[in-house]
Amino acid sequence: MSDHPKYKAWQENLLKKSLDRFPERKPEFTNHGGREIPRLAVPDTIDAKYLDQLAFPGQYPFTRGVQPTMHRGRLWTMRQYAGFSTAAESNKRYRYLLDQGTTGLSIAFDLPTQIGYDSDDPMSCGEVGKVGVAIDSLADMEALFDRIPLDQVSTSMTINSPAIVLLAMYVAVAEKQGVSPEKLKGTIQNDVLKEYVARGTYIFPPRPSLRIITDIFQWCAGNIPTFNTISISGYHIREAGSTAIQEVAFTLANGCTYVQAALDAGLEIDVFARRLAFFFNASSNLLEEVAKFRAARRLWARLMKDRFGATSPASQMLRFHTQTAGHTLTAQQIDNNIVRVTIQALSAVLGGTQSLHTNSRDEALSLPTEASVMTALRTQQIIAHESGVAETIDPLAGSYYIEQLTDSIEKGALELVNTIDESGGVVAAIEGGFIQRQIENASYDYQQEIEKGERLIVGVNKFQVDEDCRPSLLKIDPTVEQQQVSNLAKVKANRNNERVALALAGLAKAADSDDNLMEPILTAVREYATLGEICNILRKVFGEYRDKG
Amino acid sequence: MGVNERKKRVLIAKPGLDGHDRGAKFIARALRDGGFEVIYTGIRRTPEEIAAAAVQEDVAAIGLSSLSGGHNRLFPAVIEALAKINGSDIQVLGGGVIPTEDIPALKEAGIREIFTPGTPIEIIIQSFQEACDLHYRHRSA
Repeated sequence: MSDHPKYKAWQENLLKKSLDRFPERKPEFTNHGGREIPRLAVPDTIDAKYLDQLAFPGQYPFTRGVQPTMHRGRLWTMRQYAGFSTAAESNKRYRYLLDQGTTGLSIAFDLPTQIGYDSDDPMSCGEVGKVGVAIDSLADMEALFDRIPLDQVSTSMTINSPAIVLLAMYVAVAEKQGVSPEKLKGTIQNDVLKEYVARGTYIFPPRPSLRIITDIFQWCAGNIPTFNTISISGYHIREAGSTAIQEVAFTLANGCTYVQAALDAGLEIDVFARRLAFFFNASSNLLEEVAKFRAARRLWARLMKDRFGATSPASQMLRFHTQTAGHTLTAQQIDNNIVRVTIQALSAVLGGTQSLHTNSRDEALSLPTEASVMTALRTQQIIAHESGVAETIDPLAGSYYIEQLTDSIEKGALELVNTIDESGGVVAAIEGGFIQRQIENASYDYQQEIEKGERLIVGVNKFQVDEDCRPSLLKIDPTVEQQQVSNLAKVKANRNNERVALALAGLAKAADSDDNLMEPILTAVREYATLGEICNILRKVFGEYRDKG
Repeated sequence: MGVNERKKRVLIAKPGLDGHDRGAKFIARALRDGGFEVIYTGIRRTPEEIAAAAVQEDVAAIGLSSLSGGHNRLFPAVIEALAKINGSDIQVLGGGVIPTEDIPALKEAGIREIFTPGTPIEIIIQSFQEACDLHYRHRSA
């Protein structure tokens, strides 16, 4: 056991303070037989390199985790992404998940909602309620959170270009429930930059999108200070086919772009930076993924400190959500996917994630059934309560391979971040197609390896079987679109249309000036102005982005 | 130029609002490597835009990709849009996350082939080859 003064100082200060405020989950952690499981294993000799590269959990550069007790203090949030058809149907699924022990909600919106179209828009035809819940107005949001007290859950919303509208609706539902805004906990994804290169739900061009994002940062800092204002996402970049290094590099480069935009808008780094959250992919290469999470944490801390002069540890910490890798799931022998998800989830936990979504076995075929979702959640619970990996912090630290890999991912990612900077920054790299091409090339190579049999995918290009039994899949009621359209017509008939028009005019004026957009949007949603109406006002002012293909 | 020497021209398209184009881009590039001339529309195109692009670019076949569950409406809508602008001789193929039970109705609507996850790329290339051959045979007949 080391008695290095820095180690002692960590124990006596950071750790002690944390333990005083938040006792660990159990009075003692022991294995079968009663041997104590150490909170943190450290080398016998702590040297300068250890202190520089790893240090202690909760301490810069946060390689070993962002909190001093990590999962011994509190398990990660088990947060299952869900949502489909109507708000009322999704509400049922959320209440089921809460009953099953899930600890945070994660809302999936349908594509029209994500792209700012109402359900009755011609563009929405055929897509309403398909990959998530359809939200047109505050009325839908009220139904979505019916009997779910918003001061008692944390809610993550996967919404980007129109995030400001959905956040306003969430705040308005809280008002109706009598919950004051400062009690709201959760995250909006709000990461538009990655939409241009990976996920595709952009509406406006990059520059006005950045303005909306900084408006959100500013409004939240003053009104809902503990809400995570953005979830800077590598998940979809990886799903689009990037490598692990590219995932880290493009995500952190996007992060730097948001930070710079907020600084340019006059915000204080140590006010907004603590509310930045991240979202990564957990793919199947277990050790590479663990190293990736550690490398991302260290690189972000260094970028925040060295580039932006962030001094508060909370601003330097990379806190992240993880989801297992949808693209690795196979339509063949779908039970094998449970095993893939287990390996991937394990990497996230070993890598120190703050929250986790585990995919369901049937997702290569359709949206998951309730039974598949249960198995996915149970996977997390087994890792948490049976595997023992959550009982000691950063257990793979000090492995020669893991440390080498952590170093090399950090180095590779930093080089790529610098390349983007030297070529004019992320927005220019998106406009010129540099990032898209990098991802496309990596994706092509990966798929070619599978096609040529150089990379084996069990059940797909090796160990195939003939399958005739078809699993039962979730079916979305085909009448959802009509229901949603008729609900919307009722909302429009029952609201005060003069007040709606007035609110929308106020929004148009604000969009044309430098005023913060959040208050005028709040005013509009309270009057039941629809998502499409609000986004159309912004489309007129900001224009629309179109992918060149 | 005879049928065999003719450069095989195809359009890969993403109808609807689904932005997942990893598969579409892979197919586009693999077809290019296989000697096809490929135009990719980019994401979020309407059936009408896709049909118009196909006719304008004089392609022999269209490959549609959808992962959002909108295929039952969107794929047939492309066939209808083609018919309206005199493009019914263009062959249409599709792929994505498509449940087996949806396939007969899509074929009934005029989609030549449906590829589900895990289909080897050679089979897809072969199908595009056949679709092109058929198209050019119709043309020269």
